[in-house]
Amino acid sequence: MDIIVCIKRVPQTAEAKVEIESSGKDIVKDRLTFDINESDTYALEEAVLLKEKFGGTITVISLGCSDADDTLRIALAKGADTAIRIKAEDFDELDGYKTAQLLSAVIKDIHFDVIFTGCIATDDAYSQIGATLAELLGIPHATLVTNIEVIDSISHVHRELEGGLQEHIEIFLPALFTIQTGINVPRYASLIAIKRAAGKEIKLVGQNEISKDQLLLNTQIEELFIPPVAKQVKIITGSPGEVSEELAGIIREKGLI
Amino acid sequence: MSEIFMLIEHRQDAIRDISYEMMTCGRALAEKLNTKLTAVFLGYDADKLVESIRNQAHRIMVVDNEVFKEFNAESYQIALAEIIKKENPLLTLIGHTAFGMDLCPALGTQLGIPFTTDCLDVEIIDGKLIATRQMYDGKLNAKIRFRENPSYLVSLRTGCFPVRDSNIEAEIVNIESPVSAEPDYRKFVEYIEAAIGDVDITKADVVVGVGRGIKKKENLALVEDFASTIGGVVACSRPIVDAEWLPKDRQVGSSGKTVKPKLYITLGISGAFQHVVGMKNSGTIIAINKDPNAPIFNEADYGIVDDLFRVLPAFKNSILEMKSK
Repeated sequence: MDIIVCIKRVPQTAEAKVEIESSGKDIVKDRLTFDINESDTYALEEAVLLKEKFGGTITVISLGCSDADDTLRIALAKGADTAIRIKAEDFDELDGYKTAQLLSAVIKDIHFDVIFTGCIATDDAYSQIGATLAELLGIPHATLVTNIEVIDSISHVHRELEGGLQEHIEIFLPALFTIQTGINVPRYASLIAIKRAAGKEIKLVGQNEISKDQLLLNTQIEELFIPPVAKQVKIITGSPGEVSEELAGIIREKGLI
Repeated sequence: MSEIFMLIEHRQDAIRDISYEMMTCGRALAEKLNTKLTAVFLGYDADKLVESIRNQAHRIMVVDNEVFKEFNAESYQIALAEIIKKENPLLTLIGHTAFGMDLCPALGTQLGIPFTTDCLDVEIIDGKLIATRQMYDGKLNAKIRFRENPSYLVSLRTGCFPVRDSNIEAEIVNIESPVSAEPDYRKFVEYIEAAIGDVDITKADVVVGVGRGIKKKENLALVEDFASTIGGVVACSRPIVDAEWLPKDRQVGSSGKTVKPKLYITLGISGAFQHVVGMKNSGTIIAINKDPNAPIFNEADYGIVDDLFRVLPAFKNSILEMKSK
């Protein structure tokens, strides 16, 4: 089984202060740490599990600048065979649609049975690359996948719906699946594997290989801004003892317990 | 034509809330542009459901066929593409739900029309569409403009448009289904209902929600102990379930449960939209998180910016003291 996994290196913003850059259209990145997008980790693990079961190859692809090579090397250390980086620096402004077009331009020349992506990137949060890419490649897809079993070229897939409900669907391969977190327990790469991956080649694809003329942007960011506050929070300050006493007072006064 | 279209989302014989939210949004847009809102209903044996939303849109296009009994992104896409090509609406709204995530990007790509996903708001200014989205773990919003085109497609986030009353009476237009069977390559098999656990977090008056900030599974004992002191149950955000530290039935949020306790205390929860949507209607919300910029403080009534491991022992003592009085 030949598997392609699309991964992205993203800034880790969940616990960081996020500041808007002077253009108003991007964030200040130099103080942030970067790592593989969370759901992509699960997508990669799902590929490694399928390869362990059926054999075959894993190709990881990332659209990014040279620092995405580190992310691709970790994927190689975890079990991917080939890594391709599409040089973001060659393609100017990007959105989800243009990203999917670039991925499709590379993938159309590769043999595959399955494509995995994460179900959402934590930076731009579109959740649209997977289904867009599948449409461009003319293959079926399913998003928010929480379980996959492949039997004779048919995949039996569970998708996460709302409120704890899931649906079970059947999809013919080749197909694309966007993977939800929690589907598996992602492995860590061993130190030996990381050392071995450090020497591996990363294939680069840029404007010499993909013509920029045909690429379309659907959307552009006009401006970034701090979200309006829905509710005015009262921040209680003081030592742990002081804030706890105040909270207990509020709970008693309002009869909350 | 420059109408607003929206896709009705329904599941297991019920119209889903997002449909009413989209129709509220769609009516407001239509009114501003002096045009009409058309609801597109793909379903089976649809009369009762269609009648129930008749006051919500100016026109309801109904495609009644067994193939639409359950949602299937592929058959929905074929039918919607036909309708949009023929009617050429200015804007089509789809829910950014599990259904919409499967459908919207593929539909927009097939039609070659500009689209985007997970919008909190859409405005049309001088004929140009502007959407508001959220980025970077909910810490920033973005205004997005689109490549100019006669027709656009957008998916809307759940819970962004408070539903308003409506008293119009829709014209019903029946359309023959462009599809008669599910495609071979994708078939719906069945729903899998959530497993029922030992604790029903939706029935509790006090819920203590724990998130990534708890760091280790072993630390859950502290939270359990605190919850039992305060007379509450322990719930959690998604990462805790992904790590298998707590079962799925303890998860609060869009893919978990919706809770409305008198008191919801969050410990080390950053406040991702997916969690907030399941707890924001709680009576009183107390958030403890060491990140002063965590979006959870936009939803809380009271906030403590500190390490939960520093606060929790003192908080427990204060509760014990209060109860002893």
